[in-house]
Amino acid sequence: MRTRVDRIRDVLIGAWAVLAIVYLFIPIFVIVLFSFNDNKGRFNFTWQGFTLRHWKDPFAVEGLSDAMVTSLSIAALCTVISITLGTFVALAIVRYRFVGRGATNTLVFLPLATPEVVLGAALLGWFLTMSFARGFTTVLIAHVMFTLGYVVITIRARLEGMDLHIEEAAQDLGANQMTTIRKVTLPLIAPGIVAAGLLAFAISIDDFVVSNFNAGQTVTFPLFVYGAARQGVPPQVNVMATMLLGLALVLMFVNVAIQRRAARRDAALGPQPARV
Amino acid sequence: MQAHTTVVAGAVETADGAGPDIGLYDVTKRFGEQVAVDELTLEIPKGSFFALLGPSGCGKTTTLRMIGGFEEPTSGRIELAGRDVTDVPPHKRDVNTVFQSYALFPHMTVEKNVAFGLERKKVRRDELRRRVGEALELVELGALAKRRPTQMSGGQQQRVALARALVNRPQALLLDEPLGALDLRLRKQLQIQLSHIQREVGITFVHVTHDQEEAMTMADRIAVMRDGRIDQLGSAEELYDQPRTEFVANFLGSSNLIDAALVARQGDVAEFDAGGARVRVPSRLVDGRDGALCVGVRPEKISLRPADAGAQVPDGENSLLGHVTDASFVGVSTHYIVRTDGGHDIQVFAQNAGAGLETLGPGRRVAATWQPEYTFVVAKEAGA
Ligand SMILES: Nc1ncnc2c1ncn2[C@@H]1O[C@H](COP(=O)(O)OP(=O)(O)O)[C@@H](O)[C@H]1O
Ligand SMILES: [Mg+2]
Repeated sequence: MRTRVDRIRDVLIGAWAVLAIVYLFIPIFVIVLFSFNDNKGRFNFTWQGFTLRHWKDPFAVEGLSDAMVTSLSIAALCTVISITLGTFVALAIVRYRFVGRGATNTLVFLPLATPEVVLGAALLGWFLTMSFARGFTTVLIAHVMFTLGYVVITIRARLEGMDLHIEEAAQDLGANQMTTIRKVTLPLIAPGIVAAGLLAFAISIDDFVVSNFNAGQTVTFPLFVYGAARQGVPPQVNVMATMLLGLALVLMFVNVAIQRRAARRDAALGPQPARV
Repeated sequence: MQAHTTVVAGAVETADGAGPDIGLYDVTKRFGEQVAVDELTLEIPKGSFFALLGPSGCGKTTTLRMIGGFEEPTSGRIELAGRDVTDVPPHKRDVNTVFQSYALFPHMTVEKNVAFGLERKKVRRDELRRRVGEALELVELGALAKRRPTQMSGGQQQRVALARALVNRPQALLLDEPLGALDLRLRKQLQIQLSHIQREVGITFVHVTHDQEEAMTMADRIAVMRDGRIDQLGSAEELYDQPRTEFVANFLGSSNLIDAALVARQGDVAEFDAGGARVRVPSRLVDGRDGALCVGVRPEKISLRPADAGAQVPDGENSLLGHVTDASFVGVSTHYIVRTDGGHDIQVFAQNAGAGLETLGPGRRVAATWQPEYTFVVAKEAGA
């Protein structure tokens, strides 16, 4: 029997959930909305009417498009390097017993647990010691370093969920280790690699703290926004941010579709052991 | 071939004098402290349907995985067709495995799954297509070649796994509880199909199972495993009619076992004292046996006759006197429990052959009789 208390409780829980979602989405909504603001002067903080002029000319602001290209290039390169390295690190950790396996397992995750400020400062110190010119390359190195942990975690989970006998079957049928990895392991962990790649891309493109320490003269999108903030953030930044948001949404849906397909493909394979 | 002259139980009988297909010599496998396989020596004849039978955890899978190359023995030697393969990786051994979980490649069609081994061997395309087709026909899956394994039932997946292994024409096929996860009806059907296929292709099959009935139906030779060792090896008939250990006697079918002491031996006949009664057995069964022994007999080998009317025990048969404590009619037979005068409870299965057989009710005095050659002698187990 549902009592009145039950009904009131349900309504309150529903209202609370709606509030939480509104709270999460208001900033995003404001960013999108203000890309259409017909602002007068430098500041873009008060609503002054609707316009499409910023969308017609998103690259009008000097340096913004360069920053965006830099960010996208770093994110793309970082993703490629990180998933390549990460796949092999995950394979090594999960599949092979070697000296230093435990240490590798821990060390890879250390950057995730380290505060970003510490990480950025430490890297800067290291680059200075090595007299390494700061710029595009150092930012890329830094990004690979802290995305690698996420990539390894994601791919490792996929590998651990895989039936070991599938790889043994490949060897049983005459495939050596390389062929087994190429023909069986990689196709089976591909959904994990895709997910890891998207994660790496997303983390790289919005990083500010570590980049700020190690960028030198190079300006990424977050660094540009930070720099611009003092004289008023141009609405073009909102336009770019909205585009990125759109891209993120598309990639997210693609990812969900890939994961679903993989789940269907691998579902219910093999006997559901009735007896031991 | 090898300087292995001791006659292993069930030594290899090959007409052409060739060695065994698979040989394990003093093989031990430890996982940390745990001994999974213990000093195992075993030869598997070429072309045989060989079953490794034993309860869960006795080391069957580990033994099979060592033959396949997936586990390295802690000590000992493994040979395939006379070649020492102890250190050879799986992809260089000419045996194929049907895994308990089937381990099909989910990202490939059935056809691609089956072609995988041939592609590794770089078999020419037209030959590859023909052989894949033949293998799929053999397991009656020709129509489903383009399907994905996930779109198939358990029984169909099992047959894909079989085709994927057989298509390579390996020297031996290793099957780990291949029917274990299927329902009873399908299991019976596939048992027949598997035996059929084995005879057709003539490849050595090593079949791991914990189902004694499955092993007896399918295999020419059965090795009964316990605690990482082989308890007894022989044909189904040998194991059933003449088990040599208490474990084998109880694992394959049911047995009546009675503690007994050897009292006399004359020519072909040895005589035991079993709780006051005399039990005669063929004397060859006690050759080389020592320690505490039990005599045994299968419940269906015993006849019951009323003892109250002073009925005659047929000449030369073993006989235990007692009274019926329980009788249950189950259609094809009647199952009795008889408490002997020596204080043992023995089971008797009386076949329901012919009409109007009297069921002997509880309390009736009876003589349980059987022929001496139906008796077997097993080593008594410590603590049993
Ligand atoms: N990889 C392993 N690590 C540790 N112990 C194992 C491993 N594989 C098997 N064992 C142990 O070895 C024994 C034999 O196992 P197994 O060969 O799988 O038995 P079966 O197939 O007869 O059920 C078991 O006690 C099992 O726990
Ligand atoms: Mg097993």
